[in-house]
Amino acid sequence: MTRITKVFKELHTNNGKALIPYITAGDPSLELTKKLVFQLEKSGADIIELGVPFSDPMADGPTIQRASERALANNVSLRDVLDLTGEIRLHTEIPIILFGYYNPFFTYGAEKFSRDAKEAGVDGVLIVDLPPEEVDELKVYVDKVGMDIIFLTAPTSNEERIKLITKKAGGFIYYVSVTGVTGARTSLDSHIEEYVAKVKKLTDLPVGVGFGISTPGQAGKVAKWADAVIVGSAIVKIIEENLNSPDMVKKVGQFVKSLKEGIVRSGVKYQDLTPQI
Amino acid sequence: MLPDKKGHFGIYGGRYVAETLMPALLELEESYYRYRDDREFQEELNYYLREYVGRETPLYLAERLTQRLGGAKIYLKREDLCHTGAHKINNTLGQIILAKKMGKTRIIAETGAGQHGVATATVAAMFGLECEIYMGVEDIKRQSLNVFRMKLLGAKVQPVSSGTNTLKDAMNEAMRDWVANIHNTFYIIGSVAGPHPYPMMVRDFQSVIGKETKRQILEVEKRLPDHLIACVGGGSNSMGLFYPFKDDKEVEMVGVEAAGLGINTGKHAASILDGSVGVLHGSKTYLLQDKNGQIKHTHSIAAGLDYPGVGPEHSYFHDIGRVKYTSVTDKEALDGFRLLTLSEGIIPALESAHAIAYTMRLAPKLDKEKVIIVNLSGRGDKDMNTVAEVLGVKI
Repeated sequence: MTRITKVFKELHTNNGKALIPYITAGDPSLELTKKLVFQLEKSGADIIELGVPFSDPMADGPTIQRASERALANNVSLRDVLDLTGEIRLHTEIPIILFGYYNPFFTYGAEKFSRDAKEAGVDGVLIVDLPPEEVDELKVYVDKVGMDIIFLTAPTSNEERIKLITKKAGGFIYYVSVTGVTGARTSLDSHIEEYVAKVKKLTDLPVGVGFGISTPGQAGKVAKWADAVIVGSAIVKIIEENLNSPDMVKKVGQFVKSLKEGIVRSGVKYQDLTPQI
Repeated sequence: MLPDKKGHFGIYGGRYVAETLMPALLELEESYYRYRDDREFQEELNYYLREYVGRETPLYLAERLTQRLGGAKIYLKREDLCHTGAHKINNTLGQIILAKKMGKTRIIAETGAGQHGVATATVAAMFGLECEIYMGVEDIKRQSLNVFRMKLLGAKVQPVSSGTNTLKDAMNEAMRDWVANIHNTFYIIGSVAGPHPYPMMVRDFQSVIGKETKRQILEVEKRLPDHLIACVGGGSNSMGLFYPFKDDKEVEMVGVEAAGLGINTGKHAASILDGSVGVLHGSKTYLLQDKNGQIKHTHSIAAGLDYPGVGPEHSYFHDIGRVKYTSVTDKEALDGFRLLTLSEGIIPALESAHAIAYTMRLAPKLDKEKVIIVNLSGRGDKDMNTVAEVLGVKI
């Protein structure tokens, strides 16, 4: 059982929902990313998504694009992200997922990446532009070392596609709650509840929701329907606004804590409404 | 027949996109397969190619150029005479008719030199569809004339200021738009690049170039040519010329990449000659990238060649040796530009001037009975500012 699966099992037993924050590795520096990860864990994160910077982040909105540019200005490579994960892993057991685009992974080499990532303590990998049709060239090696490949499903994916995705997926299913790129939205799509239920009917894997969630209220609402809430741009924005502030790590921590509280508050209500048998 | 069912040309091509786009690509593929052999669709396309674009384009025997170079007989396939001044419209017309059949009401496109943007804005104006063109701010500066043309044609030109501010970034932004507006939007990709089915579809629409050429050369020379020469950026004009000849083993085909300031300077756009295999914009192909898999900055005097990748079928043709890829520098391209202008009274696009420049190298080495066909993919009006600047002339 991977660390990811273990976390979801534990949460499930306690009726809890996972909070998965995203930050881009190397934004604004590898040293700060390390501090941020520890702070995220302290503030209530259950799983960490670490972005691997890429020169052409096609699925990302301006906030995460700029984070990628800041990291690349420091020449942060996939190798650096693996080394960073290795250092973090010395101090914590929190599951770490690498989130990125295929080319840096492909260039690194699928087999070598799988081996090195496992050794560094990476638990899963989500590659935005590697759909189930193309994933096998990486999956054979990732499976061999026992990491999870996390897949996206979108509002545009029909039942047939969801089935194809769940057949290849590990860890959890990441539901992209908007047809669009990453980035904070003022309101949540009204179909999330319905869609998550549809995915859950087709798989036993936990379902997380991300893209566009930016407030504790939204996080709480989504937590009622899904097993995990993923927040990226809203956190990266705080990093961006505090690039030169000594309080950056603290401010990110406060925000993530508020997200967690949003989830917990809604969880209590959830339990009130659904008596345990 | 390539590509295979999942859009692969050997190990190249495929569909490396986010899940949000997959259903749209599957829908597009299905529609394309439905209409590509549909008589009504083909008749409509052929009607507009004939009456609106002005096809067929001449296969012109360039006697003065032939004489000057003193070797093989040189024919020019005159795509520069297409409406809007380049081959790009062969493809935009095909795609917009497909968009209409699919019930899409909004068109988006990326553009580098602005030729594809103009060709897209043109057909969108004719068919009355809303049109938005993504263009890097760097290219907007270099190609202000084409920006103005697109605006006159009623298109909205969206400046893209991310990454290198050029074509690849415009393509990223167009993809982002498409993800968000899939329900009503058709993305007209301008080259044989991008995820399946684009490389196949654009190839098919551009193949009209090669099909006509074959018919024309058989008529005048009663035989196939010895050499086909075309420039390669993303590779749509070259693929359009080459593809119908791919099984004619006696025809040697040469793709000319942009060597910019010289391959060894690193400032060029020769993806096949100096690149390595990677994944960008939805397909696996040769890319200019660093050792960490980050996409490199490119350079070419011809904005239309200034792209860090190449269509996946070109990568395949390179590997199996069916097409020979070579390169010429900015300087050589300018020599080609001048030679054609002075000898034939035809001002070529700087992109097409790359093909002419290679012809200058090849033709003198060949016997007079040999036949070369060069794809003159576009006319040079758009490049007046660039050329004047190089010559130190203020216009």
